Amino acid sequence: MTAGAAVAAVVADAHRREWAFVLAATVRVTRDLDLAEECVQDAYARALRVWGDDGVPRNPGAWLTTTARRRALDLLRREGTARRALPLLVEEEAVPDDEEDEVGDDRLRLVFTACHPALAREAQVALTLRLLCGCSTAEVARAFLVAEPTMAARITRAKKKIAAARIPYRVPPLAELGERVEAVCEVVHLLFTTGHAAPAGADLIRRDLVERALDLARMLHALLPRRPEVTGLLALILLTDARREARLHDDGSLVLLADQDRRRWDRAAITEGIALVREALGHRPPGRYALMAAIAAVHDEAPTADATDWREIVGLYDLLVALWPSPVVALNRAVAIGFADGPAAGLDALEPLAAEPQLAGYPYLAVARAEFLHRLGRTDDARLAYEEALLLTENAVERDRLARRLAQLGR
Amino acid sequence: MAQYLVLIYNDEAALDAAREEDPRAVTAEHGRFAAQHGAALRGGNALEPSSTATSIRPDGAGGFTVTDAPFAEAKEGLGGYYVIEAADLDEAVDIAKQVPTLGGGVEVRPVMVLD
Repeated sequence: MTAGAAVAAVVADAHRREWAFVLAATVRVTRDLDLAEECVQDAYARALRVWGDDGVPRNPGAWLTTTARRRALDLLRREGTARRALPLLVEEEAVPDDEEDEVGDDRLRLVFTACHPALAREAQVALTLRLLCGCSTAEVARAFLVAEPTMAARITRAKKKIAAARIPYRVPPLAELGERVEAVCEVVHLLFTTGHAAPAGADLIRRDLVERALDLARMLHALLPRRPEVTGLLALILLTDARREARLHDDGSLVLLADQDRRRWDRAAITEGIALVREALGHRPPGRYALMAAIAAVHDEAPTADATDWREIVGLYDLLVALWPSPVVALNRAVAIGFADGPAAGLDALEPLAAEPQLAGYPYLAVARAEFLHRLGRTDDARLAYEEALLLTENAVERDRLARRLAQLGR
Repeated sequence: MAQYLVLIYNDEAALDAAREEDPRAVTAEHGRFAAQHGAALRGGNALEPSSTATSIRPDGAGGFTVTDAPFAEAKEGLGGYYVIEAADLDEAVDIAKQVPTLGGGVEVRPVMVLD
């Protein structure tokens, strides 16, 4: 690696690790998201030049923060009164400038601003990627498969609402914290699920999104270590993502959980996830992410697919359905029953879900029916169900798997 | 501080029924709200039912189309409003949550300050 490439790699790493930290500390000075973002981008650009000449500083995050804040103060001074007339982020009160302990709080404020319930969910996700992960508009647009101008307009609208409606830049008071943390977790979870099984497009796994979600979950857990929903979310992401390397064949096609080479699972992630899920389950009643993480843990702990404790999984799904009665959870529970009690029981459990309007366009219902029918030897019915699933599936990798399944059934 | 317009949307059938039962009950609820948040209130009023509304839209050729009915049709009708002052959106939402409504809800909108 050349010296220039080495510095570029260090800067890229600092971008991934320190962006939210640097931006949050700069917003404190500017109280204006756009100006802060501009100054932070500037600081990273300077780092590329200066670190190449002078070497990488001992604490890159602190160097970047100082540089970005200096630039912000400079611009604010130059613009003088003009800047004062612009709408500013609302800050609860003046915060002292010596802030070592406050910095964690700064990032939390950024998270709660980006995920404020007065913003549309898609705007929350876009702002989180932008403000906490430092993604460019082009990257955010690519993440959600929309055109860049569309995403630029969405982000601009959201920032305008933050300023015009005076969405406060603060960690919500304790009474509202639970609800608001739940919303933040939902945004991170949505990022993860979108990356874990992309709903459309050529790739099944969007590594960029999965890794952003994991970074965010780790950051949240570091900042809010005692919120069980955050602990559960980090556990869920670790335990699910631990199987990533085993989920794809070399040609990019999908390997079902039962057929995965379990030696390729990430043992360190599983160990870390299991410790976290135990902690999250210690809170009563257990939360939604903790229960989903516990289900993932049962799969991860089984030495072979046949050794999976499906009874335990059905029990966990029973708790989850009671807590989170969504049709998709009911579908997963039905599939677990099919493995615990046989395909006929599974088919029975799927039966009432056929009338569920939310599942009308959901391919996995047809896939599950097809698999159970196939195992019962009802080949013609299975073929019809696979064809239905194929009609509903838009991911290329999943389509390919279904087409192969159909071919295996023969004519 | 910033100003917010709180638009009150009610289910008009439910409102009529409540008025029939006890005409003073609805007013009393707003009285309680006003007493509690008097410091934040900058104005407000009830509106006649949406059946009395008239909508005016420019026709694009220099004229206007004047039609019967409110601008946006919904199950709930705009029934009144408050103008409140609050430090930020969270505070405005906290106040707006306490505005009495019947089978509807409220919309909060920042008032643009023009000077």
